Amino acid sequence: MVNNEDSVISLRGVAKHFGAVRAVDDVSFEIRRGEFFSLLGPSGCGKTTLLRLLAGFDFPTQGEILIDGQPMSSVPPYKRPTNTVFQSYAIFPHLSVAENIGYGLRKKGLSKRELAESVHQALEQMKLAGYGSRAAHQLSGGHRQRVALARALVCRPKVLLLDEPLGALDRKLREAMQIELRQLQRSVGITFVFVTHDQEEALSLSDRIAVMSKGRVLQIDSAARLYEVPNCRLVADFIGSMNFFDGSIKCVDNGHVIVDVGPAGSLCVPKIQKNVELGAEVTVAVRPEKVHIEWRAPKPKGNAIVGRIADESYLGDRSHYYVEVPGMIRRVCVAHQNAERFRRSIESHGRQVWLTWSTESAVLLPRE
Amino acid sequence: MKRAMHLNLLGVYAIFIVALLYGPVLLLPMFSFNDSIYIAFPLKGFTTKWYQEMATNSALLAALMNSLKVGIGVAIVSTVLGLTAAKAVIRHRLPGKTQIVGMIMLPLLLPSLFLGIALLIILRKVFSVDLSLWTIGAGHVLICMPFSMLILIARLEGFDKSLEEASLDLGENAWGTFWHVTFPLALPGVISSLLLSFTTSLDEFVIAFFLGGNDTTLPLFIWSQLRFPAKLPGVLALGSCILVLSIVIVVLAEVVRRRGVQSSKPTVF
Ligand SMILES: Nc1ncnc2c1ncn2[C@@H]1O[C@H](COP(=O)(O)OP(=O)(O)OP(=O)(O)O)[C@@H](O)[C@H]1O
Ligand SMILES: [Mg+2]
Repeated sequence: MVNNEDSVISLRGVAKHFGAVRAVDDVSFEIRRGEFFSLLGPSGCGKTTLLRLLAGFDFPTQGEILIDGQPMSSVPPYKRPTNTVFQSYAIFPHLSVAENIGYGLRKKGLSKRELAESVHQALEQMKLAGYGSRAAHQLSGGHRQRVALARALVCRPKVLLLDEPLGALDRKLREAMQIELRQLQRSVGITFVFVTHDQEEALSLSDRIAVMSKGRVLQIDSAARLYEVPNCRLVADFIGSMNFFDGSIKCVDNGHVIVDVGPAGSLCVPKIQKNVELGAEVTVAVRPEKVHIEWRAPKPKGNAIVGRIADESYLGDRSHYYVEVPGMIRRVCVAHQNAERFRRSIESHGRQVWLTWSTESAVLLPRE
Repeated sequence: MKRAMHLNLLGVYAIFIVALLYGPVLLLPMFSFNDSIYIAFPLKGFTTKWYQEMATNSALLAALMNSLKVGIGVAIVSTVLGLTAAKAVIRHRLPGKTQIVGMIMLPLLLPSLFLGIALLIILRKVFSVDLSLWTIGAGHVLICMPFSMLILIARLEGFDKSLEEASLDLGENAWGTFWHVTFPLALPGVISSLLLSFTTSLDEFVIAFFLGGNDTTLPLFIWSQLRFPAKLPGVLALGSCILVLSIVIVVLAEVVRRRGVQSSKPTVF
């Protein structure tokens, strides 16, 4: 693998085992310089463990981590060009806010005045001016979070590691901090590695996201690509909601694949994979908002599935219809934009409907 | 009404227990001011001569000095050992951790009589060490260290281990982290460990008796004086002083511990 200039972190076959638990299992990827990179996954998938390997609190069982081109296999945390914002913030309770922020600077050979100046600037930047002499327990959650950020950022790390830094805040504060965090990252230009289990947070903040499950990285992509072109069923299911049609490949023609999905018929999907085998077991995935509901039989073109409306929920801006399709266990979900007022006057329950979508909206996934 | 009765009964019971516990102890200071060598009612008159006598008794002062030396030494050694053991137990994944902790705790359960005999045999027969204040101190460390470790484990468990990681993360090495984070946060525990080890050593009798040789600590001295009735009031005066000192130290230790618990309440959640 080439160690290209713009990657600040490289992981090569990294694994961390705790006894029989494979908390991180053979992970390889690169994090680019200056990007906002998120690790997203359900609880227990190994996000924190991976972050701790980067920070140097734990060392990999296998594999190698390079930060800024340097192998980290025997570098302790205090010699790494990384700083961490802990989930619990870990503000030193016996020190004041200013002493907390200055903690990492004492070793940098600054004079007393320079140190005080840096701390002062950090306080201003994080809108903490006037809080310098307070003790940790006199701070609100939001302020603690700022202190933790300031304390890490004054050290000018090459990479800032953040473990669910917004998890302990209430919703409103969290949304405000998300925007601030993104602006901060842009203005300081430091690479952020951000752990979260909140997909919306990850989608709205990140340049790229690594979706993890059971210690493995499933896909690394931008938010839009993760949503529109997931590479496996787990990713498709974890981010947003998705309808799945299991079937087998019937035929392949110029750029398209026809999948036989049993009683429901055949579906046409764009061919993005290189090698597609006839007869292979696959899954066709379509997002609910990409499916149109037709009350009359459409002219035969593209994909059309017949079903019956089993349930409906009105959500204001849109309605969700749950359609029972013969031969399918899970109901198909359709999100319908309520673009006009009171259009849904028709009694919908039990009605026969036709579901259509443009061929380009569907994704072909390997079967799991 | 019924509730009030209930409370009253409970109150009487509580007073009874407290009187039973502390009444006899209070006789000590009372008779130490009594102007008679006989420990008997009725009281004769008020005097401080037993305290004056105590202050000029050179054998007593020597024993007191011995006890202080041993007590201070034991307090320091047992706290240092307790702190390192507690840190090892809490922060590292030691193989056989429960067994190690069990071994350290064992002297708490062993009757000190047997512990004293066993130590005597080992010191004299196996290592042929001469008995002295040093051997008393070693024996005391053995029984104080479990207390120290328990106190310090509780203290270290009380604060988030990511505080130490944060310090490492911010560029302090392990040693710096210990001095700048672990030690200040463990300080209330360290102080109560010092004070409790000191008081434990100060009034320990059995082990000092077995391991003392020719050196006498205060409890041994007091015991030796009990055979002479004329010396008894002086012993009472001494006992009263120790009583007051012990109470002050224990209260101090508890105050420090509580204050520590408050100031390091978890900062999040
Ligand atoms: N020190 C440890 N000893 C043993 N097992 C551990 C240890 N740390 C983590 N694990 C296990 O490794 C797995 C991954 O844990 P990790 O904390 O990395 O998950 P996570 O993705 O951060 O989850 P969460 O979102 O709940 O924080 C879990 O099954 C956990 O039980
Ligand atoms: Mg975690």
